[in-house]
Amino acid sequence: MKLEHEHFRQALQGSAFLGRMESLSNTENWASWNGYKVPRVVDKLSTEYFAVRSGCAVMDLTPMEKYRIRGAGARAFLDRLVTRDLAKLRPGRVSYVIWCNDEGKVIDDGTVFQLGEQDYRLCAQHHQLDWLLTSAVGFEVTIEVETHAVPALAVQGPTSCSVLQQAGLEGIETLKPFDVKELRLAGAPVLVSRTGYTGDLGYELWFQPEHALAGWDAIFAVQGLYDIHAMGLDALEMVRIEAGFIMPGFDFNCAESTVRAGHDRTPDEVGLGWLVQADKGHFTGRQAILAARKKPLQRLLSKLVVEGNKPVGEAFVYAGKDGKQVGEVKCTTWSPVLKANLALADIECQRGELPADLWARFDYQRELKWHTAWARCRAQNQPFYQPQHRGLTPPAPY
Amino acid sequence: MTDAIVIGAGHNGLVCATLLARAGHSVVLLEAAEEVGGMARGLAFGDGYRAPTAPFAYPLDPDLSRQLDLAAHGYQAGTPVATVALAADGRHLTLHEDRLEGVDIPAEDQAAWPAFRQQADDFLEALAPLFGRPPPRLKDFSSADRNTLMKLAWKIRFGLGRERMYEFLRLLAMNIYDVLDDGFTDPRLKGALAADAVLGCQMGPRTPGTVMSWLQRRFPARHGALSAVRTGAGNLSDALLAAAQAAGVQVRQGQPVQQITVDRSQVTGVVLADGETLSSGCVISALDPRATFGCLVGAPALDAQFAQRARQIRGEGVVAQLHLGLRERPAFAGLDADQHGQRLLFAPDARYVERSFNGSKYGEAAAEPVLEIALPSMHETELAPAGHHVMSVNISAMPYSLKGGWDAHKAALQEQLLDQLEGLAPGLREQVVAAEFLSPVDIEARTGAVRGHWHHGELTLHQSFMMRPLYGAAQYQTPVAGLYLCSAGAHPGGGVHGLPGKLAAQRVLATGGAA
Repeated sequence: MKLEHEHFRQALQGSAFLGRMESLSNTENWASWNGYKVPRVVDKLSTEYFAVRSGCAVMDLTPMEKYRIRGAGARAFLDRLVTRDLAKLRPGRVSYVIWCNDEGKVIDDGTVFQLGEQDYRLCAQHHQLDWLLTSAVGFEVTIEVETHAVPALAVQGPTSCSVLQQAGLEGIETLKPFDVKELRLAGAPVLVSRTGYTGDLGYELWFQPEHALAGWDAIFAVQGLYDIHAMGLDALEMVRIEAGFIMPGFDFNCAESTVRAGHDRTPDEVGLGWLVQADKGHFTGRQAILAARKKPLQRLLSKLVVEGNKPVGEAFVYAGKDGKQVGEVKCTTWSPVLKANLALADIECQRGELPADLWARFDYQRELKWHTAWARCRAQNQPFYQPQHRGLTPPAPY
Repeated sequence: MTDAIVIGAGHNGLVCATLLARAGHSVVLLEAAEEVGGMARGLAFGDGYRAPTAPFAYPLDPDLSRQLDLAAHGYQAGTPVATVALAADGRHLTLHEDRLEGVDIPAEDQAAWPAFRQQADDFLEALAPLFGRPPPRLKDFSSADRNTLMKLAWKIRFGLGRERMYEFLRLLAMNIYDVLDDGFTDPRLKGALAADAVLGCQMGPRTPGTVMSWLQRRFPARHGALSAVRTGAGNLSDALLAAAQAAGVQVRQGQPVQQITVDRSQVTGVVLADGETLSSGCVISALDPRATFGCLVGAPALDAQFAQRARQIRGEGVVAQLHLGLRERPAFAGLDADQHGQRLLFAPDARYVERSFNGSKYGEAAAEPVLEIALPSMHETELAPAGHHVMSVNISAMPYSLKGGWDAHKAALQEQLLDQLEGLAPGLREQVVAAEFLSPVDIEARTGAVRGHWHHGELTLHQSFMMRPLYGAAQYQTPVAGLYLCSAGAHPGGGVHGLPGKLAAQRVLATGGAA
């Protein structure tokens, strides 16, 4: 018998779905995500990637930090916490938000689900309890960590709606993007939201622990040419870059864990200025953001298409070939669906604008021999990949 | 719509309001109590007795006195006093500015004392650019800030000279206990100076930084001697009130403020307890910054980290007050009749002071506290019925958060104190006609000083100068545009010198806050 106080001997904890994942894993390629054992690759990266883009990928979302925020002051608390105007948020809806520290630097991003009149769930990339408690001073609000208490699955890809219908989730076709609703699966209630981190059609399922495995089994029991696969973090990294989604802590430093001055970023600097609605009322960081906006933008986390097909990896970005170094690539992927090298890069602006002529210089290996390459980069504002089918309600059936 | 609203008519609030009115602004001054004066006012007790809240103080900033024409408004400076370090055996020692007086004073202490005092004054001269002016910002500083820093650096390096600069830098963060031990041998002298360094703060003489807190308290000594504060005719509060009214300030007493209203980080006015709303784009708070931010503005209108830091301002009141109405003048053993009007300090040695402080860390009241005793009726006979006297005692190490609560312990503590006083002034118990014991909780209730702290926040290095009361709200301005601070919680801190009020008013005018 394992003693409660010996939990520290276990390096990584498992979610409700770990047993199922382990039985599917052919690679034993595991990673830690917020202390949970999750697959990088379950079986084959390309299979998992194409499941998202042309089939149905299932990913364990339990390690996502989840907080339940309730109370008469919950709405006011959230309004003061996040930069976005939540006026349109109502029960049954979800909003993508960021929050900043006093200096107007981004701490993290996440989604806020309104579950009831005074009942919200906030999902975040990183642990936020200390920040939420600091922000709760003066509000009538309770904050509860429910990361482990709510096993969750992401079910993403063009066939995901059909798969979930086949699995028995009635009414899922009526969910519009950013809707959240309680439905029934395998005879038990499950909270379903039409949200995701893939840029494709997709849903997230939030279970009560005792019904989690039945939900998993119902999905994987679906027969037919739906191309259902469990997915790991590596495929997620590819699709989220294609979708132009940024990852705090990886693409830029999260404000409250940044040590060096100037290494943290404002919303404008990570391309999320559209999430700041300064007229809505007071929120933490509002004045600092407005003050920063009086000066030209200093740098921008930019979406780059890098010419050629050589793997980019780590790279510096230059204004002009052999020109001044102006930035660095934070993440890259080869996009099979676009047949292009994609990157997110932190680039210094010149008088508030990105330099016109951007080049990446990177090293790559061919048969164990290193080469240096220059490749022209094209910056763009729109996500790299935005399929039409992702926004349709009801989604196209398969 | 008024140009400016000042909240709290303590001496700093009165000073600030008057200066703004004199600069041509319409000013409303709101005071929760029926009487103005805050912690500088007198309090009636018993049948016909009146006692000061702060019995001794260095005088008001002389420039301010002149500027406000306080003499014309009836202000009379208090009587200068010396500190008598009481000894249990009656062999007391008196500290005059230039010499020590008493029996059995070691010759080396007698010789070292003027030099020690001179050194302190030299250090204060070096720090003068910091005390008398707004503290400089260290980030994004203005030309005025640069000027202050350059003056400071010049005075430390060249004003003090090489040797004394090293000594200054060595002593600055030290504890007073070690410094006194190095310089003196007489326990009475060391006890009195150690008590002076920590009185009003939750520190012991062995707490680092107590040399600095001693210097900070002594700073206004540049302008005049420590004096018995006048409570009756000629008192400062009435004179300031008269000056304020003459300047056109609309003073409204008995008007507690419920809320400072803020719209997206811009102050819009105040709401009074009775629901009345006053509009102004400029509000200056003379309340404890913790009350200003925590209660009146409220965390939701502030950024999260700032609100949290404002909550964490250190400042736990540790001084209780005992007011006694006496049928005749008490007789302290070993004191002449006229010496009874001096400042009587019972802190027989520095270890005694440290030991009395120890328990306060754990919510325990000192069994043997430091006592600062005043007989204000020696200077103002009107404070007591004919022939009677008033005694006011500040008692150290009486924590606000007393274990078990004040209600449970107050009566017993009062008896303990009367016993202690009886030992110093035999027959005192028999003379008591009226007694009033004010715990830090009572002081908070009467004056609004949060947790009963005299200085609206501890005088520690991390809460001084450009960090007073906290960074983000130094220089009297706050993250809320149009909201200013002018209490002892702002630089340069507590005392009755009026500098926070004066410097805050200057800041409001310089930044066009009341325009």
